[in-house]
Amino acid sequence: MCAMRPEPVHEPGPGGLGDQGNLVGQGAPRPDGQGEVVRQELQGWKAVLTPEEIRRALTRIAHEILERTHGGDQVVLLGIPTRGVYLARRLAARIGEFEGSPATVGSLDVTLHRDDLRLRPARAPQRTQVPSDGVDGKTVVLVDDVLFSGRTIRAALDALNDLGRPRAVQLAVLVDRGHRELPIRADYVGKNLPTAYREKVRVQLAEFDGVDSVLLGEGGR
Amino acid sequence: MKRHLISAGDLSRGDAVQILDTAEELESVGGRTIGKLPTLRGRTVVNLFYEDFYEDSTRTRTSFEAAAKRLSADVINFSARGSSVAKGSSVAKGESLKDTALTLEAMGADAVVIRHPASGVPHRLTNWVSGRVVNAGDGTHEHPTQALLDAFTIRRFFPGGATPLTPRAAPDGSAIVSGARSSSGEADRRGKGLDGVRVTIVGDVLHSRVARSNVLLLSTLGAHVTLVAPPTLMPHAVQTWPCLAGYDLDAVLRKSDVVMMLRVQQERMTAAFFPTVREYRRRYGLDAGRMALLPEHAIVMHPGPMNRGVEIAADVADSARSTIVQQVANGVTVRMAVLYLMLGGAAEEAA
Repeated sequence: MCAMRPEPVHEPGPGGLGDQGNLVGQGAPRPDGQGEVVRQELQGWKAVLTPEEIRRALTRIAHEILERTHGGDQVVLLGIPTRGVYLARRLAARIGEFEGSPATVGSLDVTLHRDDLRLRPARAPQRTQVPSDGVDGKTVVLVDDVLFSGRTIRAALDALNDLGRPRAVQLAVLVDRGHRELPIRADYVGKNLPTAYREKVRVQLAEFDGVDSVLLGEGGR
Repeated sequence: MKRHLISAGDLSRGDAVQILDTAEELESVGGRTIGKLPTLRGRTVVNLFYEDFYEDSTRTRTSFEAAAKRLSADVINFSARGSSVAKGSSVAKGESLKDTALTLEAMGADAVVIRHPASGVPHRLTNWVSGRVVNAGDGTHEHPTQALLDAFTIRRFFPGGATPLTPRAAPDGSAIVSGARSSSGEADRRGKGLDGVRVTIVGDVLHSRVARSNVLLLSTLGAHVTLVAPPTLMPHAVQTWPCLAGYDLDAVLRKSDVVMMLRVQQERMTAAFFPTVREYRRRYGLDAGRMALLPEHAIVMHPGPMNRGVEIAADVADSARSTIVQQVANGVTVRMAVLYLMLGGAAEEAA
């Protein structure tokens, strides 16, 4: 189980709502120094997970996946672009270390299944890569960085439905920030992070952002 | 993206690359158990195809129709033929283009895909409908989605620009990965143009909207385009186009990565542009002998429908270097990308 340490919740400032769990390109301060313990407060962004904490959370999730799926046989980890894909790869690498055989990993783009397509300009879809033998009969673990409204996961379930019929679908997220708008919950959670609706959660990963961190920022500006 | 797709020249390099990248991702849809995406559910795409003696557009129309249906759009085919086939249609009864446009508008068309024998009609249509307009070929003017699918096909073979894909390993198009590493190659194409690829377009350039659109788009993407045609079939103002032009095919073939053979449009030949088909074939047709002049990695393209034995010999058309069948398949994919990018998102604010 995930330890629910009481984290200081940043009080929201006045202003607009953040509609996404992970806001990209919002000009957040990038904590300098890769790998070093980053706990700094800059311009309203507060680091809530250090690289070490992210590493430990992923290690724990990898063990939990192995435990729940009885050794990880027939498991396919599907990351949701962009950052979910890197998290899925990290989990697969850990499962490989623990069990000797690497887990199958791929990616699942949900852009074309989203329910908010008409609310913003069209974006190019990202890569979907599924194992050559498909997902039929497998246990699919969807991997994403932040679980917020649940709408991304709904879209992912639809996208998965078009690819085949998995035996079971589970969900692993690095951060669960609450405020679900659909009946969806995660099976594996790196950290439960109580937030106010208008706050923003930003996950950075070394593969994409150059640094590992989870930042909490106040909404609006 | 622009609001309408009328000319390949309207596309910036960024727009064009975005379309090609989107098409890469949409390609896998056709191969799935459920070859359909819900993305354009509730949107209406009208295929407005004016056909006459010059225009037999079944290929393009079915390609657009398949693309729209794979994205779950509702498709209305509004074909109009001056003579026999659609005798009952309102166009045959003398309805003007504007009245037809207003009818479509009243039906709530989100996009109109138009083919017309007169150049400039799609542009005109943009004044009369509120939906998006996609030019599916207008007279001798442009055919931008053909150019996009040609660019998509070329990028498959020249993923990093001028460096060719090694031995005739046709792109497999499979989106498969196992283990913790993504397959290279496919991902490498994303974001890339066609920098340095030498494309030679041969034949009836004068009447070819395919050539015009390709010159504009391929040069935007960084390719070096050379046009080869008999002097009578070369447009007068070709020196203003972003390409080279010449009359001697053999001289250019040795320095070509891609040869695109244009159809001899005999139906448009209202004057004697060349003495005989045999002489045309001798000087500008691609046969096995000429194909041997091409570099090892070069590919042969044709927008179809082919005149076998005129601009392209049958054994060339059926050779391993020919990408003609792939072009047709890529047509659906690229048209899906265009429809998705134009209709999938929020309507952009009027700029």
